[in-house]
Amino acid sequence: MSLGKTEVEYISRLTQIEVREEAVEGVAEKLSNILELFAQMEAADTKDVLPMAHPLDAVQRLRPDVVTEVDQHKKLQAIAPAAADAHYLVPQVIE
Amino acid sequence: MSWEVVIGLEIHAQLTTKSKIFSGASTAYGAAPNSQACPIDVGMPGMLPVLNQAVIGKSIMLGLALDAEIGKRSVFDRKNYFYPDLPKGYQTTQFEFPIVGQGKMEIELEDGTKKIIGVTRAHLEEDAGKSVHGLVPGQTGVDLNRAGTPLLEIVSDPDMSSAKEAVAYAKKMHELVQYLGICDGNMQEGSFRVDSNVSVRRPGEPLGTRAELKNINSFRFIEKAIEIEIERQIELIESGGTVVQETRLYDADNDTTRSMRTKEDANDYRYFPCPDLLPVIIADEDIEAIRATMPELPDAKRTRFVSELGLSDYDATVLTSSRAMAEFFERLVALTDAKDIKLCANWMTSGFSAALNREGLSVEQSPVSAEGLAGMIVRILDNSISGKIAKQVFEAMWKGEGTADEIIEAKGLKQITDTGAIEALVDEVLANNPSQIEAYKAGQTKMLGYFVGQIMKASGGQANPGQVNQMLVAKLK
Amino acid sequence: MMHNLTIKQMSEKLRTGEFTSVQLTQHYLDRIDEFDTELNAYVTVTPELAISMAEEADKKIAAGEAELLTGIPVAHKDIFCTDGVKTSCASKMLDNFIAPYDANVVALLKKIGMPILGKTNMDEFAMGSSSESSYYGPTKNPWDHKAVPGGSSGGAAAVIAAGLAPMATGTDTGGSIRQPASFCGITGIKPTYGAVSRFGIIAYASSFDQAGPMTRSAEDSAWMLNAMAGFDARDSTSLERETPDYTAELERSLKGLKIGVPAEYFGVGLDSDVSDVVKTAIAEMEKLGAKVVEVHLPNKDLAVPSYYVLAPAEASSNLSRFDGVRFGYRCEKPTDLEDLYKRSRSEGFGEEVKRRIMVGAYALSAGYYDAYYLKAQKLRRMVRDDFIKAFNDCDVIMGPVAPTPAFNIGEKSDDQVSMYLSDLYTIPVNLAGLPALSVPAGFAQDRPVGLHIVGPYFSEAKLLNIGHQFQQVTDWHTKMPAQYQ
Repeated sequence: MSLGKTEVEYISRLTQIEVREEAVEGVAEKLSNILELFAQMEAADTKDVLPMAHPLDAVQRLRPDVVTEVDQHKKLQAIAPAAADAHYLVPQVIE
Repeated sequence: MSWEVVIGLEIHAQLTTKSKIFSGASTAYGAAPNSQACPIDVGMPGMLPVLNQAVIGKSIMLGLALDAEIGKRSVFDRKNYFYPDLPKGYQTTQFEFPIVGQGKMEIELEDGTKKIIGVTRAHLEEDAGKSVHGLVPGQTGVDLNRAGTPLLEIVSDPDMSSAKEAVAYAKKMHELVQYLGICDGNMQEGSFRVDSNVSVRRPGEPLGTRAELKNINSFRFIEKAIEIEIERQIELIESGGTVVQETRLYDADNDTTRSMRTKEDANDYRYFPCPDLLPVIIADEDIEAIRATMPELPDAKRTRFVSELGLSDYDATVLTSSRAMAEFFERLVALTDAKDIKLCANWMTSGFSAALNREGLSVEQSPVSAEGLAGMIVRILDNSISGKIAKQVFEAMWKGEGTADEIIEAKGLKQITDTGAIEALVDEVLANNPSQIEAYKAGQTKMLGYFVGQIMKASGGQANPGQVNQMLVAKLK
Repeated sequence: MMHNLTIKQMSEKLRTGEFTSVQLTQHYLDRIDEFDTELNAYVTVTPELAISMAEEADKKIAAGEAELLTGIPVAHKDIFCTDGVKTSCASKMLDNFIAPYDANVVALLKKIGMPILGKTNMDEFAMGSSSESSYYGPTKNPWDHKAVPGGSSGGAAAVIAAGLAPMATGTDTGGSIRQPASFCGITGIKPTYGAVSRFGIIAYASSFDQAGPMTRSAEDSAWMLNAMAGFDARDSTSLERETPDYTAELERSLKGLKIGVPAEYFGVGLDSDVSDVVKTAIAEMEKLGAKVVEVHLPNKDLAVPSYYVLAPAEASSNLSRFDGVRFGYRCEKPTDLEDLYKRSRSEGFGEEVKRRIMVGAYALSAGYYDAYYLKAQKLRRMVRDDFIKAFNDCDVIMGPVAPTPAFNIGEKSDDQVSMYLSDLYTIPVNLAGLPALSVPAGFAQDRPVGLHIVGPYFSEAKLLNIGHQFQQVTDWHTKMPAQYQ
């Protein structure tokens, strides 16, 4: 399976990773190489095998409904690229 | 040619928890921006979610109330997309294995017809933050206080065929979640949000393309928005156009709906099981333990109010319109030893409700408690005050002037039951009205009412009307 | 020399006052000064923090409140969030990220009083097997500066091998502790998934990531694992079980130990010198009373493609939070929201990270989920079941860690797939979530080679026992490159 320009552009949009026009071909080739590795899975017979999401058959532990956190917005926003009036800032979003 | 309308609703009910679904940050409404957004909610590197125990019981409760299958093994998935109010770049939600499976709910329309609406599923998920505009020119501010607030998304089957049915369903669900105490139902604060999927088709044809109406925060506007959207779609198709799948916003000022996003190409959400969370396993014993703590549901309560308490359908409906109302009423009946249930019901549906409506208060906010109101009803029952005086007493209680007894005492409102005092009043009125006595004796028995009125007036309303009546009849013989 | 001591010896000398924690810490800081410009094993050195922590540790020791590791300095892989210290994950994306909190592991070791020397270099976001993808440039292998130290915990392995820290933390998602341990001739253990809290470790692939110690010997690792492991309520995948004493079994004899040797681990692609080293090491175990049995891991070859679907899929989602909004790199003058996202991410991430995010997103995308992601999850179970079956016939499995000794810097950096394939022996262990140890077992082409010992779930104490017993009769783990001695 090899990827073309359309697929690379689609993945670029999904992941919000820019692929410059001149780089598309190179990226497509590298990704295609990896997909070739994936293709090795096809031959395996996985009929009746259940997918495994976690290595251990553990179950979710539950946390008591208690407020344990305090206001840290000053500390957290001290490392934010842009913040004002306790808000994180992004270029204007038109809704 | 006729049209068939198909409506399905997605309701986001914010669960009443103290802390967020995956972090220990507070969910309290109205806090200063980002003061309740902890590193987990902000999606800081290395932060991990741990599930809040409270959301599980609350979800199971709804499942049981909807007679639904409970997902004994439910899984959290990630829904991936980029947006400033979505700090991690994915929303943690449930996709394939929700906590509540297929269920149903019966609705009743205004004309009394009943209909079963299927509930496809209800799943747990985290809310997003909020964008704030106008803070800095050209910039959008992001407040993540709401990020991570627990939501139960309740998805209906596309079983509703009119705006009225849709609203009846939404209202019933609204009532139910509040009854269960799992959601405060506050639509203004966004605790209960209704998204409507609306489509039209010719009878017998496959489902039409649907439009989604989002973020409408009153039942009245939901009804109007759906009606307008139905009209829009029919007109569009009849004039040769086609409906496109999109999200539309209701514009209440102009009473129209308008398209919110036209390009929906980015909705490849790449759902997959969240590797930071493990499957939630619910044992049968857990379900039974929750069943045991379930409050009586509105339908059952309504039926019982009619059959056991002898209330009219109307009174039963009003008195079960909210859990708080029903609990207030039941407490009132208990405190007055169920001596006159009808009297309790009347006070609740008239005086009490009127006062709440007048001041725009909820039952919980009432300045008169069930104990207070019971204290007054007891005085009506023991003839200390008449129903008319009771209205005065109630208004004084409402203003916070004291208990019924304190007010009766302070204002001297206690009924005159002293025979001598009443006799003096009777004699006085009779002496002043000789021609009316003649008329009465000539057969105009309705003059009796005139005399009673005069005597009550003379007593300042405090004479016991029964005693007055008795004495008059005896004297006029 | 202080840096040749075992942890126990160091602890003993700190307690008897032969030297102080400040002196010990300063010794390592001096060595870092002397050697690290060339080696590039540290991203950040924190001398002031280290000395102030050492002073505190000395007070504790003087007060008789010391634990075994109190006063012994440690280097943290730059993937562990460290309050007030740059935590970069070796990425431009986090070059400006001063973590506002401690990872659980960091907090635990701080509490004991282990001075932090600094943060070690690694492959960017732990995605790599050579530490070449670091934004801060490659780390060199102390045994041969032309060679890579392995990855992703290459900096951690290098600082141990060069004596620039007595203990280091690492993380292992597909081999990232064991392969650099093998390449640098040190000891490293990846514990059972869930044994060490992931809280505060910047996630690569959440269902694989597991932290562990990187030290000079198995005994040192046992002491360090005692300090790192334990239940943490802040990590849903943390194991809720009592933490054993990992040093308890160190002295046990290996008599009767059944070693499974899978033929599949000695097939095509394995360097014959490496194969010889590993076989000699296994023979050494037999001399200690162990027995060798043949076992089979038939789905071994499916592990690599399965892992390279699943780990990037998780990563594609885990790394979405790096969007230039709340922390980390933001591009200059974004024109609109999409420009902010796209340029921040494209400029902030390196090539391999971008590649894995893209391929992972693709594997999850509409139409490919079943063929890639779901299929890979099924293979994951098959690989795990192979191990469970094999452990019916043996106590542990032994084989090579990597098919070759350390390769040269630049040799594979242009060919990801061949780089991926070099993880073929370590990856199956991560798919299964099992514990595994790498101990130095000799040299091939003058570069170190590790022996890979894989055990059933929760068998860390047993693995460390085997490593320790092996290290009682061999001296590979005491060797140091001449210039660093």
